[in-house]
Amino acid sequence: MADNLLTLSGVHTLIGPYHILQGVDLSVPEGGVTVLLGRNGAGKTTTLRTIMGLWTASQGEIRFDNHLITKLDTPEISRRGIAYVPEDMGIFTDLTVAENMMLAAASGPLDAKRLDWIKELFPPIGTFWGASAGTLSGGQKQMLSVARAIIEPRRLILVDEPTKGLAPAIIKAMTDALRELKETDTTILLVEQNFAMASTIGDTVAVMDDGRIIHSGAMSELVGDETLQEKLMGLSLEAHQ
Amino acid sequence: MSDTAIKPRMEKVPFKEQFFQKLPVLLVPLLALAGLVAIGNPASWLTLTVAGLAMGMMIFIMASGLTVVFGLMDVINFGHGAFVAVGAFVGFTVLAWLAGWTASPSVMLNLGAVLVAILAAMLVTGLLGYAFERVIVMPVYGQHLKQILVTMGGLIVAQQMIYVVWGPDELHLSRPEAFQGSIVFGEAAIEKYRLVAVGIGLALFLAMGHILKNTKVGLLVRAGVENGEMVESLGYRIRRLFLIVFMTGSALAGFGGVMWGLYQETITAHMGSEIMVLVFIVVIIGGLGSVEGCFIGAMLVGLLANYTAFLAPKVALISTIALMVVILMWRPQGLYPVVKAK
Repeated sequence: MADNLLTLSGVHTLIGPYHILQGVDLSVPEGGVTVLLGRNGAGKTTTLRTIMGLWTASQGEIRFDNHLITKLDTPEISRRGIAYVPEDMGIFTDLTVAENMMLAAASGPLDAKRLDWIKELFPPIGTFWGASAGTLSGGQKQMLSVARAIIEPRRLILVDEPTKGLAPAIIKAMTDALRELKETDTTILLVEQNFAMASTIGDTVAVMDDGRIIHSGAMSELVGDETLQEKLMGLSLEAHQ
Repeated sequence: MSDTAIKPRMEKVPFKEQFFQKLPVLLVPLLALAGLVAIGNPASWLTLTVAGLAMGMMIFIMASGLTVVFGLMDVINFGHGAFVAVGAFVGFTVLAWLAGWTASPSVMLNLGAVLVAILAAMLVTGLLGYAFERVIVMPVYGQHLKQILVTMGGLIVAQQMIYVVWGPDELHLSRPEAFQGSIVFGEAAIEKYRLVAVGIGLALFLAMGHILKNTKVGLLVRAGVENGEMVESLGYRIRRLFLIVFMTGSALAGFGGVMWGLYQETITAHMGSEIMVLVFIVVIIGGLGSVEGCFIGAMLVGLLANYTAFLAPKVALISTIALMVVILMWRPQGLYPVVKAK
């Protein structure tokens, strides 16, 4: 088993009066894809936002590459090598596709070779390079959001429901892209409700409910164990089989 | 990408949609044309149009900082007028020190004196903006009601400080020799200072457009106006950007204060709070956070105020408010609404 790149130990997060995360213990091994499953409101997005520093954990520890990042601010967490693709994609719609990409290259100018690879991965990035990002379709915006996260080499990418509301052809393109990204030694923590898609690229899986991790292990174990799936079905998976 | 994926292609935006998007830009020439028809006399129209554009440019200089501060930081700064007034008084002091330059018939010396006054005003109000943001605004980020109260308080404190430093009386601010008088075009007399104001305002607008469009700081500001959280997630410290923008906005208000003071030739501690009514109207008309909208809004307010003052002086009192009402009925978010992430 690979070493853990990211570890959450007993993480609690409060948003106003709401106690959302109630002691999350999660390990993300280095390399490969860890899928975080769970029904709506289980705390998946809050987990990603807490890792990213957008919400502050009130208790517990978050370690990235063996360094404590619990109290660091979001820009510092990003600079340590974590990229975030939010559920709403976070596209700057008043900016062009090119400007979105330039801004994402926070450490310097765009790397031409890497950009060519991204344009191969997501052809609309090249096609609509000079167009306003606000004019893109939902699928194209999602591609831009992921492209922006990988324009610079990152050790960990947090991706929140990248296939939500997308057409099957775009979902397939997105799945292929994530699979290719996985081959580049980038670790991915993927929040996904589409189990059929998640099971094809996930190496490890964690299932959340009521702000806690209720199951974690190898994806192959979950895929091959119908009883375990049945047990977790009622919590999260049935709608997307 | 899979072979089954949808092949992307660029579609042309329909002409009707393009026209609707560009329509606000046409409002300024349309209003000028309507003014020509209503006034009838081309000479009077030219004089009023240049006066309106000059007034609009000066309001734009003061309002541009406020709109960017609101768009980026979501801060409603009712104290912005303090920077206008302080800028005017600093400009007054510097121009008094450089009386030899302003009284000289040399255009270069006159321009030099105004430039030094503007730079000094911008420096002082920029530093004042730093203190204002750290002490008054920073503790109330995200709390609009408190922002209104504390920034109003800051404005009152600044006005009292002006009384302490420069005294309670209104002061006369003379224009440099070369900016006095008018230039005659046919039958139209156009004040030289108004032409200078139009030139300076236009240069500032183009410079701001260039910075916002072509520099990384500009990109960050535009992105931050839309989604500050995402800018932070990309690794940028937006609080630092907030401070830079607030100081720049304050310095621009100081710049506008010098220009407005030279335009009115009289300055008072309350001049900032008086002009803020027009500044807020311009910011609202333009769309909160939009520099382009702010520029168009300022031109419309300047032209309309001058045309109505000539045609129907009593109507002039409500013309700018009426303009705001009409534009908000047409576009409730202003001419160029800035889409903010939820």
